[in-house]
Amino acid sequence: MPSEPERSAAPTPRALLLIVATRKGAWLYRGDAARDNWRVDGPHFLGQIINHLVLDPRDGRTMLAAAKTGHLGPTIFRSTDLGQSWKEAARPPAFAKASDGAVGPSVDHTFWLTPGHAAQPGVWYAGTSPQGLFRSADGGDTWAPVPGFNDDPRYQRWMGSVQDGTPDGPKLHSIIVDPRDAAHLYVAMSSGGVHESLDGGASFSALIDGLEVVEGFDAADATFHDPHCVRLCPSQPDRLYQQNHCGIYRLDRPERKWRNIGKSMPAAIGDVGFPIVIHPRDADSAWVFPMDGTSVWPRTSPGGRPAVYATHDAGATWQRLAGGLPDSQAWWTVKRQAMTGDRRDPVGLYFGTSSGEVWMSRDEGRQWSCVARHLPEIYAVEVAELP
Amino acid sequence: MKVIIPSALRSYTERAEIEASGATLAAVVAELDRRYPGMRFRMINEQGRIRPHIRFFVDGEQLFDLALPLGAARELIIVQALSGG
Repeated sequence: MPSEPERSAAPTPRALLLIVATRKGAWLYRGDAARDNWRVDGPHFLGQIINHLVLDPRDGRTMLAAAKTGHLGPTIFRSTDLGQSWKEAARPPAFAKASDGAVGPSVDHTFWLTPGHAAQPGVWYAGTSPQGLFRSADGGDTWAPVPGFNDDPRYQRWMGSVQDGTPDGPKLHSIIVDPRDAAHLYVAMSSGGVHESLDGGASFSALIDGLEVVEGFDAADATFHDPHCVRLCPSQPDRLYQQNHCGIYRLDRPERKWRNIGKSMPAAIGDVGFPIVIHPRDADSAWVFPMDGTSVWPRTSPGGRPAVYATHDAGATWQRLAGGLPDSQAWWTVKRQAMTGDRRDPVGLYFGTSSGEVWMSRDEGRQWSCVARHLPEIYAVEVAELP
Repeated sequence: MKVIIPSALRSYTERAEIEASGATLAAVVAELDRRYPGMRFRMINEQGRIRPHIRFFVDGEQLFDLALPLGAARELIIVQALSGG
């Protein structure tokens, strides 16, 4: 069904908060209403690995940080004053203890954080490495495993072992709550595929039809699927986009078969990448950040020339957007949580690089400028309108 | 007994050296967690295993078994084996 862009819904310009999580701490950038000036606040958690740092849009002041150091186990830090002070969660995400003699999984790090439905204040979801789904009902202070997912024997098989995952551990990510229905959830696993729950996490089913896998493997087996990032269209919640290890896809529910929209990318650039960002009011518009997935998978910008690619026709065609970005010898890339957009008109886009730079565009990707550099490797970038 | 805290865990204790007691290493760690909530999980995972970069030395001897009786031990040193770059 063609989408109807909702151009009138852009918020009145207010101050913005750009949230940058890195391999060695987190930084907050407070931007003015025009998005021209950014005041740095940080580092927070210097030296700690912060995989994700998210502001709760329901109250505009609670923040959760998924933290780990090289020496200590994982934890969640919470702030209820917009990052001015932090307190450790009383019970961070942890798997249930295995029965005597059995070998149970252990959370290495929390990788992904998603605030719950607007009608469920205090509810958060967390995805971990190795793959696990966890839920908090008290604003992230205490967490419990979601047994309908973690204890399902099918999922335990699809998750595989640590050796089957990405270089720094297999991950559960892209936890999505349907804005129309708190019980309707999507999650994705690298590896392990995309899955859907219609009953608030009590049970899940695989949603992998139409997705390709690495040549020679069985696409009917979720084990071999590697979705890198799945996003739901805010303006059309029946539409999902996905950047996968094997292409770019779109799914229009109630269909269950993903449509490959990456084949229309230029062949020299390819259709591999980590992040995908959706326009807040136009379900036909999305942005990706391609990386080199040839030969040994360098995972760098193709040819050392970083560029964003945009579609405005739901993936039928893609346009290169590289104004202001380095035109040669720039070998960084952008990880799956490290690209996002605000809700302004025109939409502001933001990404953080593996080389520690933050770039932004005030005009939906046509022109880019560097907001910060010399940071550690960036794992996640979020942007929020401040109250 | 005297417990020497590594720098990475002093955000919990705010001191490099504290006094704690317990019949086993598990009991000492449990007491630390009661006094400094959250500290145990940073050292011991949810399956009861010592995390890869944490080491416990009791009176100079490295312990791998949390249930081993400590007897009249005088000193526990918690060591973080530094990793990463």
